[in-house]
Amino acid sequence: MSTKPDTSSDTSSLVQVRDLSVHFALRGGSLARLFGRDTGTIKAVDGVNLELRPGEVVGLVGESGSGKSTLGRALLGLVPATQGSIHLRDQNVAELSRRRLREIRQVVQMVFQDPNAALNPSMQVEEAVGDALRVHGVRSTTERRTRVVEALERVGLSPVEHFLNKYPRDLSGGQKQRVVLARAIVLDPELLVADEPVSMLDMSVRAKILQLMLDLKNELGLTYVYITHDLATAKYFCDRIAIMYLGRVVEIGPAEEIFDHPRHPYTKALLAAIPEPDPDKMVPRDLPRGEIPDAAAPPLGCAFHPRCPEAVSGCGWESRDLRALVEQHWMRAGTAYDEEQDVIGDLDHLDTPATTATLGRGGSDRVRAVLDRIRAEDPHEPLWSGVTSIQPDGSGVTVRFQEADSPALRQAGGVDVACVLYPDSSSSPA
Amino acid sequence: MRRMLSAVAKPFSETTGLARWMLVAGVLITAVFLIAAIFAPWLAPYGFAQSSAHGVEFPKVGHPSSAHPFGTDRLFFDVLSRVIWGARTALEVVILSILFCVVLGVPLGLLSGFYGGPLDRVLVLIMDALYAFPPLLLAIVVSFLLTDVYGGSVIAVSISLTVVYIPQYFRVVRNTTLSAKEATYIEAARAIGARDIRIMRKYLFGNVVHSVPVLGTLNAADAILTLAGLGFLGLGIQSTAAAEWGHDVSRALADAGSGVWWTGLYPGLAIVLLVTGLTLVGEGLNETLNPTLRRRRLLAVVMPPRDRTPVQEVQR
Ligand SMILES: Nc1ncnc2c1ncn2[C@@H]1O[C@H](COP(=O)(O)OP(=O)(O)O)[C@@H](O)[C@H]1O
Ligand code: SF4
Ligand SMILES: [Mg+2]
Repeated sequence: MSTKPDTSSDTSSLVQVRDLSVHFALRGGSLARLFGRDTGTIKAVDGVNLELRPGEVVGLVGESGSGKSTLGRALLGLVPATQGSIHLRDQNVAELSRRRLREIRQVVQMVFQDPNAALNPSMQVEEAVGDALRVHGVRSTTERRTRVVEALERVGLSPVEHFLNKYPRDLSGGQKQRVVLARAIVLDPELLVADEPVSMLDMSVRAKILQLMLDLKNELGLTYVYITHDLATAKYFCDRIAIMYLGRVVEIGPAEEIFDHPRHPYTKALLAAIPEPDPDKMVPRDLPRGEIPDAAAPPLGCAFHPRCPEAVSGCGWESRDLRALVEQHWMRAGTAYDEEQDVIGDLDHLDTPATTATLGRGGSDRVRAVLDRIRAEDPHEPLWSGVTSIQPDGSGVTVRFQEADSPALRQAGGVDVACVLYPDSSSSPA
Repeated sequence: MRRMLSAVAKPFSETTGLARWMLVAGVLITAVFLIAAIFAPWLAPYGFAQSSAHGVEFPKVGHPSSAHPFGTDRLFFDVLSRVIWGARTALEVVILSILFCVVLGVPLGLLSGFYGGPLDRVLVLIMDALYAFPPLLLAIVVSFLLTDVYGGSVIAVSISLTVVYIPQYFRVVRNTTLSAKEATYIEAARAIGARDIRIMRKYLFGNVVHSVPVLGTLNAADAILTLAGLGFLGLGIQSTAAAEWGHDVSRALADAGSGVWWTGLYPGLAIVLLVTGLTLVGEGLNETLNPTLRRRRLLAVVMPPRDRTPVQEVQR
């Protein structure tokens, strides 16, 4: 666990995240808890390594549910780390007392996704921004006001007097986000975690807010963690990009390299989904096939494999994939369905993730025949390459899959990729 | 303050038709009693426990006359004066009990909703238990317990009423806190480094007390009834300590058989009118100000039954 190996205090990095995991206990019903039933955990962040150098903009990109916000909140100590460490210079945020945590929030600040919800509806702008100072011991009203006015000017809310006494409900979305930014910079932080800061704003103000953030960064020497589900803004904004999927970083590297030579199949899928820059030509985004899996029971092996267009034998195929395949087949099967359903029987038990799957009740030969038919339908389906054996077992068969761990990040070209297609450093297969 | 003012105007501008008339009527009735309560010393012809003036004894159970428009009662007291002074007693008791309820119930609800856990569970259990009692019964029990300490005083009765109504304040505040604390601006407050105390005081408090004024007015009507009930049973305030309608009505019971109607009618009428007025105001406010309370009423369906007076029907 987190016995501090204090090699982290090398001065070149502002933040050093090591093997960070943040798990949430699933809240089961009170009955389930009463009987001590295991209600499961969600691995919102699972073994993430990340380094932030001063002055850098690092993007965290991924679909919703990939753990971007949780990682960002962990940087401020807003969610407790289950494992691993987060070194902010030489302090481990993951182990600080509550009091010390509050102190580091002078250094790390956050901008939230929804400006409509991020401001206390019953506080005027001056108080909302000034409260950050108040909390950190600036008692003099005049000093607070001076600094609030300065911050508001910096975020482009002028004339300032016009805004000081406004309630959030009197402001537009863009103005609210400027207030949120002002509140974040008024403490003179070094690191700003911006969680999808423009995704709730009108198209027309997005670019302005992003430009403002860049200006702030240059004027104040800030470091950014920029969280987004939108690779397009990340390209505009980031020096480095970390692509996240189900709590893990699957590809990380310089923004240019990620855009010019995407390696991880998920990155490629995200890139392919970037809409036309011209808003008139916008097409609906076409994210990879299938749905984002249940975070409480992620796929074995590479979590992306059920959706991956390039998947191979070693990607972690398992019982649930087999079930999905059989059911897809049945959707197409038409009249054969009744007969096959009879042979295969119930599939529900396959929902327990496992690399062996026993199925069928109509005799092993007939079950195997059904499987062969399914395979013949699409011989290139990568699942089959991951099958190591199909053996008779009672009145059905046991299908065994190749066991696979979640692939680790490995160097490939200028980036790090977590994918079995990139097995070793600097050799980049086609 | 400006928000307070606009909040005061809102119920009138946002209601229409019948609802508005009900609200206006309620406000007018309540205002009459408020004026009576505040200016009782000037409005009432005599003191509430005065049985003679200028050396002349009042008649015993005297008919309404020019000297005593509402007549006099068995104790030689002037009924009109006691009705007016009674408004003052009612106001004192209601204000004191609402004050106690707010001062105790709101912070407890905040703490309970914010921290959850064992503290929350214990408080909810206690409050639910109190809430499950029929209000009058609970008030009687508490009055009994307090007889030695404050027996028969305004304070004692106010405390009894506080025990009866505090669960509602607690519950409303706790439930609003539960949902409000999930708001992003609470996390934002944490993100700027605010302590729990500060988060509760500056970020939650202002957003969870919205329903308290409405609850206050709704409970005020109910409290008047409970106060009268206590007085009627002789557990309330003694005749010589203050004028209290319920107690006057109970003393008038004996008169009813002998054709003396004025000793019971006027205090009874005062109770009915004030309760009606307050209920109309509370309902009017509720319609406009308070989406939270409306949600709470839906929830209230699954709550344990308590005894029903007309006012409580209205509350649910
Ligand atoms: N406080 C929480 N309690 C339980 N689960 C949570 C909590 N916060 C986030 N999660 C879960 O963690 C996963 C990652 O969430 P999040 O970090 O918000 O992803 P993203 O920001 O990338 O959309 C999701 O499955 C989400 O449901
Ligand atoms: S390891 Fe690579 S190829 Fe295999 S499923 Fe994951 S992303 Fe696709
Ligand atoms: Mg998010």
